[in-house]
Amino acid sequence: MVAFAGWEMPIQYAGIVEEHRTVRERSGAFDVSHMGRFEVHGPEAVAFLRYVNTWDVARLAPGEGHYSVMCREDGGILDDVYVFCLDETRYLVVVNASNAEKIGRWVRKHVDRFDAQIVDRHLSTAMIALQGPSSLDRVRALVGDAFVGSLKPRRCAETEWRGHTLFASRTGYTGEDGLELIVEGDAAPELWRALIDQGVTAIGLGARDTLRLEAALLLYGNDMDEETNPLEVGLGWVVSLDDADFIGKEALVSAERAGNSRELVCLKTEDRGIMRAGCSILHSGEQVGKVTSGGYSPTLSTSIGMGFVPPDLAAIGGELQVDVRGKQLRVRVAQRPFYKRPKKTRK
Amino acid sequence: MASPQDLKYTKEHEWVRMDGDVGTIGITDYAQDALGDIVLLDLPATGTNVSYMDKFGEIESVKAVSELFAPVTGEVVDINSALEDSPELVNDSPFDEGWILRVRLSDPSEVEKLLDANQYDEYLATEVE
Repeated sequence: MVAFAGWEMPIQYAGIVEEHRTVRERSGAFDVSHMGRFEVHGPEAVAFLRYVNTWDVARLAPGEGHYSVMCREDGGILDDVYVFCLDETRYLVVVNASNAEKIGRWVRKHVDRFDAQIVDRHLSTAMIALQGPSSLDRVRALVGDAFVGSLKPRRCAETEWRGHTLFASRTGYTGEDGLELIVEGDAAPELWRALIDQGVTAIGLGARDTLRLEAALLLYGNDMDEETNPLEVGLGWVVSLDDADFIGKEALVSAERAGNSRELVCLKTEDRGIMRAGCSILHSGEQVGKVTSGGYSPTLSTSIGMGFVPPDLAAIGGELQVDVRGKQLRVRVAQRPFYKRPKKTRK
Repeated sequence: MASPQDLKYTKEHEWVRMDGDVGTIGITDYAQDALGDIVLLDLPATGTNVSYMDKFGEIESVKAVSELFAPVTGEVVDINSALEDSPELVNDSPFDEGWILRVRLSDPSEVEKLLDANQYDEYLATEVE
């Protein structure tokens, strides 16, 4: 167990590599209750959420969700979040554990101007991520075929499970198919046991990190922070600049016009050696950036990472070096993501 | 598991198995378990001299990198080349197939100052969480 953002978290159960493979090949469950959760209720819930998000959440129909970013006025990233529309007057926002308090203060500060209320769900509910190719099948016995079938990618819905409200979304942080489930805290141990009884394997925080890195999904605090704008980390696709006003819009319009001074790229090595967060990235002997996330990829059996480099060194295939405790590891800028799940063959 | 009786140990969780003046060196079961999945070892070439309690290499798991400290002083005469392709042998068989290197001791009596199996197990039980 390890302390993480004020929560006691399991690093591993059976071992990181074994757990990683379980998620890639079968189905694993992560207790992600540490992730911050709140709902926004009221007639102006969507107007408020549009104001604090870079992505135009007004595009969400009931039962849809989308990834987004919340920025400061200067365009610095406060957090990356997932916004779900439960119905027109009820939205759910999932934020990072490490930012839950900060975002709580931020949204409370800005909600006053709107006819909307924040309803915190962080400590009253628990969240379980079910990830891996057989995850949907594992959960059918618990919530029924029709409910599972209704959950297309990025869709969400609520159902009743043993007298409790169960939220499910077809989302995740591993690059695999799967669901994220939210249930009242009291019912969580029962739900966890029911999933294990269905053949799902418990997975720790260690494999969560190796899985998300292979999928090139960003980690707040590593790959982005308040000094980073969404455009330079490849999140331009969740910045909607051509419609309503939102916090940070002006700064991001300027940033887009100016162009990026650095870009987050994927790095892969064929050398022996493992890049880790904090290692310097070199080009022709000169330091040009830092690795923000790095480690060993169990799927590729080599070291992968992400880091910032100047835009002229960001082209796919470009050769760079990473300084690993004084040794230079040859790396190449790689296609994002490192791992893409195989397309399902139709039955 | 109880540590094998025929080996000598350090508080840095390395073991030494003596055969004449050559000591085979590895890390203990406790160490491999604490490190987790081992994916890379950075080892000195044969012919290199290593000194008691000096860093001689690195062992890297999915979680983190750790330093390896020489439990004895002498010249490296062999390294376990199988670990290059199969570093997981250290996890699977820490006291046998997962041996790391062999050192010809400058002074074979040096191993006498290391812990025996009972002392090491006691150290694990009392000193290590």
